[in-house]
Amino acid sequence: MTSPTIPLTVDGRRIEARPGQTILDAADEAGVYIPRLCWMKQLLPFGSCRVCTVRVNGRPQAACTQPVAPGMVIENDTAELRELRRDLIDMLFVEGNHFCMFCAKSGNCELQALAYRFGIAAPRYPFAFPQRSRDASHPAILIDRDRCVLCARCVRASRELDGKAVFGFEGRGPGKSIAVNAADGLGGTDAEASDHAVAACPTGSLMVKRIGFAVPVGERLFDQAPIGSKIESPAAEK
Amino acid sequence: MLMTPEATVAAICEGFGHDRTRLLDILQSVQRQLGHVGEAAVDALAADLGIPRVDVAGVVSFYSFLSASPRGHIVIRLCDDVPDRMLGADQVGCGLVEELGIQFGETTADGLFTLEHASCIGMSDQAPAALFNDVVVPKLGPGAARRLVREIRQLPLEAVVSAAPGAPALRRLLVREYGDGQNAHDLVRSAVENNLRRAGEVIFADRAANAGLAKALAMSPAEVIRQVKTARLRGRGGAGFPTGMKWEFTRAAASDQRYLICNADEGEPGTFKDRVILTERPELLFEGMTIAGYAIGASRGLLYLRGEYAYLRDYLEDILARRRVAGLLGESISGKAGFDFDIRIQLGAGAYICGEETALISSCEGLRGDPKNRPPFPAQRGYLGKPTAVNNVETLCCVPRILEMGSGWFASIGSGKSTGTKLLSVSGDCTRRGVYEVPLGTRLAAVLEMCGAEDPLAVQVGGPSGQMVGAADFAREICFDDLATGGALVVFGAGRDPLEIASQYLAFFIHKSCGYCTPCRVGNVLLKERLDRILAGRGEAADLEYLSSLAGTVKTASRCGLGQTSPNPVLSTLRSFRSLYEARLKTPAEGRQAGFDFAARLAEAGRLAGRRPVDVVAGGEPR
Repeated sequence: MTSPTIPLTVDGRRIEARPGQTILDAADEAGVYIPRLCWMKQLLPFGSCRVCTVRVNGRPQAACTQPVAPGMVIENDTAELRELRRDLIDMLFVEGNHFCMFCAKSGNCELQALAYRFGIAAPRYPFAFPQRSRDASHPAILIDRDRCVLCARCVRASRELDGKAVFGFEGRGPGKSIAVNAADGLGGTDAEASDHAVAACPTGSLMVKRIGFAVPVGERLFDQAPIGSKIESPAAEK
Repeated sequence: MLMTPEATVAAICEGFGHDRTRLLDILQSVQRQLGHVGEAAVDALAADLGIPRVDVAGVVSFYSFLSASPRGHIVIRLCDDVPDRMLGADQVGCGLVEELGIQFGETTADGLFTLEHASCIGMSDQAPAALFNDVVVPKLGPGAARRLVREIRQLPLEAVVSAAPGAPALRRLLVREYGDGQNAHDLVRSAVENNLRRAGEVIFADRAANAGLAKALAMSPAEVIRQVKTARLRGRGGAGFPTGMKWEFTRAAASDQRYLICNADEGEPGTFKDRVILTERPELLFEGMTIAGYAIGASRGLLYLRGEYAYLRDYLEDILARRRVAGLLGESISGKAGFDFDIRIQLGAGAYICGEETALISSCEGLRGDPKNRPPFPAQRGYLGKPTAVNNVETLCCVPRILEMGSGWFASIGSGKSTGTKLLSVSGDCTRRGVYEVPLGTRLAAVLEMCGAEDPLAVQVGGPSGQMVGAADFAREICFDDLATGGALVVFGAGRDPLEIASQYLAFFIHKSCGYCTPCRVGNVLLKERLDRILAGRGEAADLEYLSSLAGTVKTASRCGLGQTSPNPVLSTLRSFRSLYEARLKTPAEGRQAGFDFAARLAEAGRLAGRRPVDVVAGGEPR
């Protein structure tokens, strides 16, 4: 016996969701890509980047945290929401210091891939050029806060998947930054290069040392297909 | 003998039963005893409470009143909110900087003083005001501020160092004269004035104490909720959610425990009405909380008292103790078998965001004051994961009156869907600043008349998160369906600059954003950058569209009410005072953006290239 499904529409297309799913989960299963950055499979949804903002019966909601309900009318790929998401991605770019051309994460970076998907050649907002610190105290892992988007994927992965609590947050507002669970830097924590937390970073903020530019340009993850492609054409994945 | 940080932490944690959810209280105690929460204390706390040190440090860094580095024995927090600055707070600041020989954010070499700014401390009616530790010093002028510093320096060190905030000799210096009413109470002893200008029929009317509670306990909880619904009571904090409905949801959620939280984190700049309730009507508030607890089936209540109002804490604790003795709190209240309810005061620590109900719950749980994702709503899963109703101070004070006088009586006050009275905190350019209790539906013009505002240019209704309105809107009604407000009215006379004020309000939101979500953390900074560019005369026509579009994104995409309202200073001034923007716009030279500062860029490029400065004329063209 199958449990009853929950009908809803995304941009006019009818899809069936399962009870307990979020809008984003249900859309993924139906092959509808809702852009997202702080969301990650296996992790509890966090709802901080707001890139997955959709309109549910007209009201803005984060698709990654909003549970499905029968009859929801969801707007996703509309001109308004594309602009909104573009704005948010722009904000993440100008807030930090992102130099894609010589970042080892280039081509595998989700922030960069989103920018490409949204056709961002240059941000519409002025750069903040903040002064941020790096932490190279760990023998195998580097933290470059210039590239941090405060998505908390490392914070959550360390706790939810690694059974540790290597990362956390310090400060608030524009002064918020990623922090580590030791007074003397990452080197003082129990972090390991093989931690899920390190792999969870969507940008080049957390990098395993001594492995840079390992994949040639043209063969990197998002060289092969734009971000979201696997959701939109799941057949290609199989 | 001095205890080590570790021993101090151990004793304090013991006192709180090693309960990690009490981290905010624990940190405040540690800071009170050690002066700050340094690394040794953070490590000791993490070990004792069994939580990661990064979480302890994260909480310390979140709250303005907690500090990871040593601070002076006396922390002076000068309020830099708009009404304070209108009345000379900047001059007071200059006086303090000169007298202390330090800048804001610094500590004197002798470790006696730290000088800081504070956002609104709830004293806009007696501005400029400052906090000296917990002691409020209202109506502060530059001369008086300097004199206080000199006099404190004359005190013997032990009078200042005492762990008890506001040690007697220090208090005598800071509080020359007690304020009116209960401000002179033995446990308050504050210079704060109530400035209650108009008592209405609900909150500040003189009525029998606990009559509402007696009536409530004679009814079933469902009947109490029905009364509140029939009275059409809506939340007074600003959002206006129907109170009865909130209670019904909370009561309906299945659980072994439910909580009632009173939000006394009155942080919206320009709001101070809860201060007067807490001073003059605390019994009414606790009665309302008790009735609410009965209605939703909660046995525990919390009063989240903003850190700025710490001077009222002993007084409020004393009233709670008296109510326990009188059988109005505790087990089987007023002889009602099975109805147990008690109240704990949770002191905040200088974080505006904690006025947002889910952030407030996070804070009560000993976490960073980040708002939570909704759903689940607090009524389903709130404090410690249990169904929780969070109500404003003023809302809860309406409840006993509704029970005592009847829902029909309450609904007959006010207008249409907005029943009852509203407390207004009036400050700025008017002669009678203070608290006014008026029926909902009162026209803004009538309030301006009452408070002695002559020919006002603009009024900020509802604080920075509300609306800046001009004369065209003065005939509108203060109620949920028209000019909705949590109660702050800041009056601006001719000669004030609404755009400059909007910029100051944006600075406030930037400072107060929790930083969790992108649009609020980044967008407010971007809004201020562009508004300031226009204020500096470098804006162009396209910047107005840029501002409204960016403001729209922040409003739509933000995760909580802070970011959903923080663009309002820009949006409402664009609506009400567009001509002020237009008058400042510059027509760019042919082929150039107006925002492009030729001289500055040239100087920057020269510096980077290591060249001598080029002589540039004022217009920005190379000579």
